[in-house]
Amino acid sequence: MKTIFKKPIHSYGSIQKIFRNYQLYLFLLPTLAYFIIFKYIPMYGVQIAFKDYISIKGFWGSPWIGFANFERFFNSVEFWNTLKNTLGLSVLQLTAGFPMPVILALMLNQVSKKRFRKIAQTAVYAPHFISTVVMAGMVYVFLAPKTGIINLIINALGGDPIFFMGKPEWFKPIYVLSSIWQHTGWEAIIFIAALTSIPQELYESAKVDGASKLQRILYIDIPGIMPTAIVLLILNVGNVMSIGFEKAFLMQNDLNRVSSEIIATYVYKAGLQNAQYSFSSAVGLFNSLINLILLFTANRIAKKVSDISLW
Amino acid sequence: MLARKINRSELPFDIINYTMLVIVLFTAIYPLYFILIASISDPNAIYNGEVWLLPKAVTFKGYYRIFHSDSIWVGYLNSLKYTFTGTLLNLLLTLPAAYALSRKHLSGRNIFMMIITFTMFFSGGLIPTYILIMKLGLRNTLGAMIFPEAVIVWYLIIARTFFQTTIPDELNDAASIDGATDLKFFIRIVLPLSPALIAIMVLYYGVYHWNAFFNALLYLEKEKLFPLQLVLRNILIQNEVSSEMVGDLSSVAEQQKLSDLIKYGAIAVASLPLLIAYPFLQKYFVKGVMIGSIKG
Repeated sequence: MKTIFKKPIHSYGSIQKIFRNYQLYLFLLPTLAYFIIFKYIPMYGVQIAFKDYISIKGFWGSPWIGFANFERFFNSVEFWNTLKNTLGLSVLQLTAGFPMPVILALMLNQVSKKRFRKIAQTAVYAPHFISTVVMAGMVYVFLAPKTGIINLIINALGGDPIFFMGKPEWFKPIYVLSSIWQHTGWEAIIFIAALTSIPQELYESAKVDGASKLQRILYIDIPGIMPTAIVLLILNVGNVMSIGFEKAFLMQNDLNRVSSEIIATYVYKAGLQNAQYSFSSAVGLFNSLINLILLFTANRIAKKVSDISLW
Repeated sequence: MLARKINRSELPFDIINYTMLVIVLFTAIYPLYFILIASISDPNAIYNGEVWLLPKAVTFKGYYRIFHSDSIWVGYLNSLKYTFTGTLLNLLLTLPAAYALSRKHLSGRNIFMMIITFTMFFSGGLIPTYILIMKLGLRNTLGAMIFPEAVIVWYLIIARTFFQTTIPDELNDAASIDGATDLKFFIRIVLPLSPALIAIMVLYYGVYHWNAFFNALLYLEKEKLFPLQLVLRNILIQNEVSSEMVGDLSSVAEQQKLSDLIKYGAIAVASLPLLIAYPFLQKYFVKGVMIGSIKG
């Protein structure tokens, strides 16, 4: 076999490097093409938020109308309601939902029997793999007024059946509780992994000092997972405005719309059902921008308070 | 080997911990179990609250209707088609790129990473994307199901991290001295060294495709193209158990009861493949999270 002696790859000059690596760039090409076409062109297209979109004229040719779409949204009846619903849902999800995986991970970490732990872990993240459609379907079936198992239990305990899915005030709790049921186990994995990387010596010396299990959790486990928790929290805050569109969309009906119309579902309704493309793009853009602002703010706060941040 | 000492003073904590965990376990599994037994029980028994631990008056009427329903079969086949082709496309667009981005000697890789990761935090939104897909003529095509999310950035990052740690750059040097091109190196050395990663990618993307429904809702109008999840949505949420499935029953009440049975069965039928394969494959899912979290 002929061997060609070449210099190690990283000792070439930079133009030479690019030519040497041309195959690697070819590896990247289709992927970058995908991102440009399906992610960046829509970003370019978002300018129709400032225009009156006419299909034939396309993104570029449609007439400019400035902030008119935004003004229309801010002045609309829907504005405060959707904003309130979106923020309310997100805040509830964050406050009730975020601590759960942490607590679960802390609890599982204290279990010494490996077998139980493995079985518990496997069982507890099974619900994560159910599709959104099935999850929403389960919610409807379990909460059905006369035939759903939840109402059957309420009946058995002597109460009156509640038409859960028809009452606006139940929308947010049901949404968040079902999310907790479905995703807590899966989200706990990251924390469990973080906990296993805490050095054993810390526990040993704590035990020697007479620390109880609870104290070990408070002073070793929790600080140990803080970095992971903060990073995840920042990422979650950056998603506050785009919260679970698909699930809300599926769980929404005419009876609970007052509480279930969030900004994302409003974009869908206005844009796709009522074909008001520019207007709904403006609403969507507003949504994305608020998310970005929240993300940067959360990151900055985390940096100041704890030295841990996304960037 | 040290015998495990049971620390008496920690017993109360352990008891509470174990008890709570058992409750959590039960809460996680019972709803799924209930669906399973309800799908083969007499609806009247369910309404009377007799079905909670075991099925009652076992009946396969629901499943019979489901398996004789064209729309369900069409949905299943479509979902298999979309999952297979979609995952193939995902692998083609994710693995080579992730490998390239993992090589430190690739000039400009940081810029490329930024371009890609930026899309995680900001996007054009639903409407501009919708307009684009329509203008590309992808309505009612396979493309509408597999192109929009052909690369999921988070999974790309997992793959890249994997390549970074598993295939050190020194291997590249050794290979280049032997005259191997990047392509040959990738196919003959990198891929055979990465079965775990390929398994992870196939599983992650596969689950994504199997569960996907929104793109179908947006872009597919012909019923013969519907994936399973869309068919399910019509059954479970729009409450449109089609007349093909219950139309032959006399009373509305009878139809309603059978509808419920069909709903339970449909949930089971859609989720069963995943949930059965799951215990065997779950270690790959967990591995994926571990790899991703190193970088994250």
